[in-house]
Amino acid sequence: MFDDPMKNPRARRGRAPDVFRPGGWVPMREYAQGEAVDFAIVGTGAGGGTLACRLAERGFSVVAFDAGPYFRPLEDFASDESEQTKLYWTDDRIVDGENPLQMGSNNSGKAVGGSTVHFAMVSLRFRPDWFKSRSRLGYGADWPLDWREMWGYYTEVEQALKIAGPVSYPWGPHRPRYPYRAHPLNAAARALAQGCEAMGIRWTETPLATLSAPRGLAHPCVYRGFCVTGCSTNAKQSALVTWIPRAIAAGAEIRDLAMVGKIETGQAGLVTGLHYHREGAWHFQRARNVVVAGYAIETPRLLLNSANGRFPDGLANSSGLVGKNLMAQSNQAVWGVMDHEVRSYKGPPSLAITEHWNYEDSGKDFFGGYSYMSQGPLPQLWANTQMSAHGLWGSRLVAEMEDYNHVVGLKIVGEMLPQESNRVTLADEVDQYGLRIPRITYSWCDNDKRLIDHSLKFMTRALRAANARDLWTQDDDTCHLNGTARMGSAPESSVVDADCRSWDIPNLWICDGSVFPTVGGVNPSLTIQAIACRTADRIAALARRGELEADARVRA
Amino acid sequence: MTFCRSVRGRHGTNRPVTRRLAIGGQPRFFSSEEFQTVTAIASRIVPQPAARAPIPVASLVDDRLAGGASDGYRLAGMPRDGDAWRLGLKALDAEAKAAYDQPFHALAEGLQDTLLGRMQSGELKSPAWGSMAPQDFFKKRMARDVVLAYYAHPVAWSEIGWGGPASPRGYVRLDFDERDPWEAAEAGDGDEASIRRINRDVR
Repeated sequence: MFDDPMKNPRARRGRAPDVFRPGGWVPMREYAQGEAVDFAIVGTGAGGGTLACRLAERGFSVVAFDAGPYFRPLEDFASDESEQTKLYWTDDRIVDGENPLQMGSNNSGKAVGGSTVHFAMVSLRFRPDWFKSRSRLGYGADWPLDWREMWGYYTEVEQALKIAGPVSYPWGPHRPRYPYRAHPLNAAARALAQGCEAMGIRWTETPLATLSAPRGLAHPCVYRGFCVTGCSTNAKQSALVTWIPRAIAAGAEIRDLAMVGKIETGQAGLVTGLHYHREGAWHFQRARNVVVAGYAIETPRLLLNSANGRFPDGLANSSGLVGKNLMAQSNQAVWGVMDHEVRSYKGPPSLAITEHWNYEDSGKDFFGGYSYMSQGPLPQLWANTQMSAHGLWGSRLVAEMEDYNHVVGLKIVGEMLPQESNRVTLADEVDQYGLRIPRITYSWCDNDKRLIDHSLKFMTRALRAANARDLWTQDDDTCHLNGTARMGSAPESSVVDADCRSWDIPNLWICDGSVFPTVGGVNPSLTIQAIACRTADRIAALARRGELEADARVRA
Repeated sequence: MTFCRSVRGRHGTNRPVTRRLAIGGQPRFFSSEEFQTVTAIASRIVPQPAARAPIPVASLVDDRLAGGASDGYRLAGMPRDGDAWRLGLKALDAEAKAAYDQPFHALAEGLQDTLLGRMQSGELKSPAWGSMAPQDFFKKRMARDVVLAYYAHPVAWSEIGWGGPASPRGYVRLDFDERDPWEAAEAGDGDEASIRRINRDVR
């Protein structure tokens, strides 16, 4: 097809796709490869897309690269699970360890907008203590960030995405009202509420990044339920339809179908630009700064694949921590059947939530916390869950699937602890670009298992209290990816500082979920975007004081 | 159980579903021998009623592999998607011949189920599996691809009472026991005639 976004780059010749109009275009500034741009950003998801926008709006010259296609959701997205696997990062990866991670559709996006194109839109703030979990709660590592400063950046992101949420949020310090009203509850969410009320804990409507009222050219959510396969109506406030259009309007260039394979360093030990593959050939973009924002697998992979004579262990890796402390989040579930018709496929999949066990510390035999949310799996996902997690096939599977409209479930987002042995390394095999593929090693620690056990027991009681029957537990699932380039207060024990600037190479930055020292019990996207907003402000402040390049020279 | 569904909606959804409905015939990825085995496996993983035309599950699996699609990750020791299938089919036939002196597809359904059950629980030990664990092939590749193929088909959607892609119309009736007017009603106890009347016009 002439205009196949999977085959031919769309953002070129001075224009980029208009994501709000089928077949439409918007003008886009372009930068010459031979002239150094202020910032070359690798990745356009929650980290890179947000940062590209905020840096461009502050007047920096920005080129942001994404290995994936540049979609117009209104014309390119089908309401179909199989078709939409085109949104996932499905390049070859090897998983091992005691509890190998599921990748692909589970947590990895390959498109302009990154994983936010298919995320579940759950937009939660960290519990303030988590930024100092080592000092205040006795586990993990302290962040070099102050929660009060982050509270302001959370507000900025919630406004930018017009988060739809409850009038008042039951947990944590005061936060402003959410910009848009909460979405109505579906039956699956009502079952969660019934269970919480029976157990005597609070629940609320989940704050979601999908519109509950019109916004510009985007319509409110019509509850089709295809959220995690890509929203074809633009109600979902992904980076693709929020930060990226703003970035382009502010003068940033996006290069789609552009896989970055290596970051180059010069004689001074500073980065000089990056090599990327586009339209069948390798190119080099000069840059005064490079930001890596490829998420917790591709970020360390690129840093490790960029090893050279001066940095034989990979870039920004004098601590030896690049690739280590990978953290997924536990994502176990309890499922059952109700006599009522539930039809949980209607609406966003997680319309109700309880964060009770994120904020309550007594009655736990583990560190960390978890939230749990109502669920709405589409048919293929549900059938595969019945096969892989429930072990059903044959006539038992077919019979169980006929209860689809009566299924109800609760699923956690649980904190997993950082362990250096959970890590990303390079395998010997190479991918279609000739780049070494990542090997992802993951094992649960005892604390992870105790948290999971606690959650499954609690949710089983809650779901039974909501009058569900035939309960069973899904024991082996994870979601999200964080760590592998943690931020910290000292070069020996972290990869980047609080500003997401690498300790080793002052003009190399990392801005995505990789920088998390701990993960907490909430979905990470809001925090990634808040950190990106803060990083942009810090870069602007450093530039104003002349510390961006001057400091770089001094430290080199 | 419900009876009706529709793939109407924006063209973006029609295109892949219409293409899927046309899939069938000769395999493009599997050899004809391999395809016989895949067909036998599929009919045990997702058995279909004799009263309707079967969903061509093996052809759907073949089409995906022929198109080069991948889950994008694999366990250490496991080959990439298509190679894992080839290895697994060979190993399954080796197990069938060792135990029953016949290829898998020629076995009675009960014996096929026995072998598949032993594969799922990791009891098969033939060296033909190489570095791939039989239980991993079952869960991560074989049954996964078969189940995903079956439940990608509109006939299977109707079977479970799901009305198909609600695009662009969406839903307005979200609460317990609510059904949007274009969705099929559930067959209740002894009320088949009136349910049929309701469902005659939903699409």
